[in-house]
Amino acid sequence: MVMRKLVVVAVVSFSAGLVVASFAGFREFIPGLLEGALVTIQITLAGAVVAVVCATVAGLAKMYAPWPLRWLAIAYIELFRGTSALVQLFWLFFVLPLFGITLQPMTVAIAALGLNIGAYGAEVVRGAVAAVPRGQWEATVALNMSRTQALRRIILPQAFVAMIPPWGNLFIELLKSTALVSLITISDLAFRAQQMNQTTFRTLEIFTIVLVIYLAIASIITVGMKALEQKAAGALARGRSH
Amino acid sequence: MLWDWSYAFEILPILAQASLVTVQATLLGFVLALILGLVFALLRMARAPWIALPVSAFVEFIRSTPLLIQIFFLYFVFPEFGVSLDAFTAGVIALGLHYGTYCAEVYRAGLDNVPRGQWEASTALNLSPFHTFRDIIIPQAIPPVVPALGNYFVALFKETPLLSAIAVLELMQQAKILGSTTFRYIEPITLVGLFFLVFSLVAAALIRMVERRLNRIGAR
Repeated sequence: MVMRKLVVVAVVSFSAGLVVASFAGFREFIPGLLEGALVTIQITLAGAVVAVVCATVAGLAKMYAPWPLRWLAIAYIELFRGTSALVQLFWLFFVLPLFGITLQPMTVAIAALGLNIGAYGAEVVRGAVAAVPRGQWEATVALNMSRTQALRRIILPQAFVAMIPPWGNLFIELLKSTALVSLITISDLAFRAQQMNQTTFRTLEIFTIVLVIYLAIASIITVGMKALEQKAAGALARGRSH
Repeated sequence: MLWDWSYAFEILPILAQASLVTVQATLLGFVLALILGLVFALLRMARAPWIALPVSAFVEFIRSTPLLIQIFFLYFVFPEFGVSLDAFTAGVIALGLHYGTYCAEVYRAGLDNVPRGQWEASTALNLSPFHTFRDIIIPQAIPPVVPALGNYFVALFKETPLLSAIAVLELMQQAKILGSTTFRYIEPITLVGLFFLVFSLVAAALIRMVERRLNRIGAR
């Protein structure tokens, strides 16, 4: 399955590369688009950090926190999963200034996308923690561990391995949703593409190159998460055999 | 007073009108996604690698690139090949194509779960491949995956504001226009957010209901 997927990725990348290389004068677009890609990558990375933090806090709060916090976590998850990412982005961008909170567009982008993906991630965290066998909890009680100790040393390390594949999907979702930030004036890859399109009208070349760049970043995420998964699974197996 | 109720009530009918476009785009897009998804899923199962591999590659490509760019691509690039699509059509096709690739994975899970014996039995009964699919495999493969398809229905619905980027006059675009004419963004955008929240929660409840009903039919 994994091999098949890698073959597919290789085929796609190769043919996409051929298509791009066949464009006459495609070089002139590359520097500007790569600058845009850098912004896209920055937002993806920062958004991923926000998302992981929000997801862990909200996911654990939904399971273990006292009721006011639990309700807060549920409200956050439902609110951000129930509305569009674009609406959230616009809300933070246009409405927050009316409350006297003016944020940089970049901050808005990272916060909105991070919170959005974090809400989906919270369910991933909850699912992974819930999937740790009950016996593990019972064993921590038998060993007289506190709940925090049990979570930190026994439960979360096992849940972590199960979380990696769904997080990989979410990071790709995050990468794809960064294209939205072009609509709040951030000059990311999508924004650059539109700008160049309006000045040069070389639509086919520009948008194809942009799609290929997104694909390349997504492939890096896929490969990276796969490597992380193998490493984490290996580490867990070693820990168990001791 | 930050929130102006009279303004909110004033714009409500305008937004309600625009929400019809949103709902239309959602329904048309999802029908397209369901059909394309099944086509992709079946083609990926093909034994000939020269069919299965390019389709897999295409599906992976669509899944790992942003919908916004795909919308732009359809809207701006296709006219170069002489195919001019109006904004709404381009948007619906992009939505349907993007979510079709997600639905393809769902269908595949459903198709994989049909026991092998069912295929063998169809061969034994001398059914043509078409009849095998239509009468034996599909009726067993689809019901278990309906909840997963439902999730993508809600997800697709939440992506429709992207159509505002190519100036389709749907909910988000209408809210932006209202905001830019009156300089009051708080009411329109909040109302749009509320609309999506309510619709998503209702849709999620409906999907749960359908799921329960299907489970009951399955148990019988």
